[in-house]
Amino acid sequence: MVDAAKQSASEKPYLSIANIVKKFGDTTAVDGVTLDIQRKEIFALLGSSGCGKSTLLRMLAGMERPTAGQIILDGQDITKLAPYDRPINMMFQSYALFPHMSVADNIAFGLKQDKMPKGEIDARVAEMLDLVQMRKYANRKPYQLSGGQQQRVALARSLAKRPKLLLLDEPLGALDKKLRQQTQLELVNTLESVGVTCIMVTHDQEEAMTMATRIGIMSEGQLLQVGTPAEIYDYPNCRFTAEFIGDTNLFTGPVVVDEPDRVEIEAAELGGRIWIDHGITGPKGMQVWASIRPEDVRVDRDPVAAGPNAAKGSVAEIAYFGSYSVYHVKLGSGKVLKAMVPVNRWHEANLEPPTWGDQVYVSWRADMPVVLTR
Amino acid sequence: MTNQHKLSPFLKTMLLLGLLFLYIPIVSLVVYSFNDSKLVTVWGGFSTKWYASLFQNEQIISAVELSVQIALASATAAVTLGTIAGFVLARFKRFPGSSLFAGMMTAPMVMPEVITGLSMLLLFISMQQLIGVPAERGFFTIWVGHTTLCMAYVAVVVRSRLLEIDQSLEDAAMDLGARPLKIFFVITLPLVAQAIASGFLLSVTLSLDDLVMTAFLSGPGSTTLPQVIFSKVRLGLNPEINALASITVLVVGVLVIVANYLMLNSQRKRERAMAAAMRESSAG
Repeated sequence: MVDAAKQSASEKPYLSIANIVKKFGDTTAVDGVTLDIQRKEIFALLGSSGCGKSTLLRMLAGMERPTAGQIILDGQDITKLAPYDRPINMMFQSYALFPHMSVADNIAFGLKQDKMPKGEIDARVAEMLDLVQMRKYANRKPYQLSGGQQQRVALARSLAKRPKLLLLDEPLGALDKKLRQQTQLELVNTLESVGVTCIMVTHDQEEAMTMATRIGIMSEGQLLQVGTPAEIYDYPNCRFTAEFIGDTNLFTGPVVVDEPDRVEIEAAELGGRIWIDHGITGPKGMQVWASIRPEDVRVDRDPVAAGPNAAKGSVAEIAYFGSYSVYHVKLGSGKVLKAMVPVNRWHEANLEPPTWGDQVYVSWRADMPVVLTR
Repeated sequence: MTNQHKLSPFLKTMLLLGLLFLYIPIVSLVVYSFNDSKLVTVWGGFSTKWYASLFQNEQIISAVELSVQIALASATAAVTLGTIAGFVLARFKRFPGSSLFAGMMTAPMVMPEVITGLSMLLLFISMQQLIGVPAERGFFTIWVGHTTLCMAYVAVVVRSRLLEIDQSLEDAAMDLGARPLKIFFVITLPLVAQAIASGFLLSVTLSLDDLVMTAFLSGPGSTTLPQVIFSKVRLGLNPEINALASITVLVVGVLVIVANYLMLNSQRKRERAMAAAMRESSAG
């Protein structure tokens, strides 16, 4: 991670998006996004629908003209370039395969626009068909293909021109869940074997975490956080990211003790203090949030030592997931805390698992909570 | 399930009555076209003499020729202009005067034909006085009038088809390097071909059938088939007209059946192919 950071600092970014703004009338769809992408990176823009991620993608493709800002790809300013002049290709969410053309003609379409000699077109089409293992379907029409096959043809078509940048709009959104999981890794393998720089847009965090080398979280037109999947999960920088990626318990309160080695937050909903074993830089009394992941919460039947990072509650709900269960523990304040408990937690301690209504004690280590200031 | 398929006796009776109401006149028209008697309402034995006399009636033959020419010419013009208008209505969402354009485009459909016909007549007369064109009313003026009317229908049909088509197809073509004009001809046009074809057929039908507007726009030398029929009927019913109408029913009937068969056939082929693709993917 440190190496990657060093590298990105020294090397000039391959794609540089600088302060891009897009307004539709009075509404601002994309509000000042700045982002650098390295060569051969698979970057995922993640956000719920209407967060501006698709508009950002369409601006990269040239379908929308930015209200302000600049896009530089491989040293070339492409901000005002028409879509058909950009060295960028896109795989559409609906695949957008031309229904009146065969698979081979679909893949050859972009090459024909470049007036490539016929022999070269045929060779490239064959190469692309092999890449996605669709050679024997070359003469089929798109409606004669299943969803997964259509997705592969769409990928082959968008890679055929060897674009400098490949855009993927919800690449697997049209497939059913089981097929999607298979296809995720297959797609990443293909993209990595070709070595193309990719930006994908998705609302599915699992898809982003599986496929991308880095993720950008978007909300209300702004890019909130950029990082590797692990960075984003372990160190969210705001409440939106913490809640959007994975599940979390949020407590709010003022900072009452701020020493170099610890912070204490007076959390009213917890009925006690939250200790964190590292300092933050901020004024005392500042309102902050502490995010505690359900898997970091320990559930006990016996009382634990009273003090910070612990509370008493009763089991309100148990969701069983096979290898683990999620306990919804209702605290004295009425706040429900989620705790992920491995299934063998109770067997190992020779204890009967708690059931609905049972009194339990929840606690977590002081290095677990993440302090969020926004 | 079975309830939905079995009709109650009441519904069956109503269906039968409805069909009889619709088709008895047409059947009797066809039957009486083979009537030997000169009187339309009295059966005088079987004969095909009215068909023979129909094909010797030069007035009717030339009217058919003119009507078909006008229908084909105005359908062609209507399809060309209507497709462009439909494309603009569907794809250019907002431009100054876009709602005015949309309203003007569909106006000929809702405007009483008497009004459209009369206003066009007045236009052509004053044009003739001012610039001398058109020199006389006839083929050209009827063609302009029919094109105006049919264009509106074509625009509506093409527009609704374009709205059905996934616009990302055009985006994809642009993304792959095709310029807008090329996209229109290579992607958009083939996708709306069926709508354009049905717009063409609709235009032919509308133009062949039009009487009111034609009455305003035709000149002394140009009489279309509906005008001939109308004037003949006013002089009293003539079995010749029955024969003419029977031929029309036959031609239209055959065309509709052929068109339906072709459409159903391609749809079935498509459905079979899709089912095969699904089976294959679930098996593999």
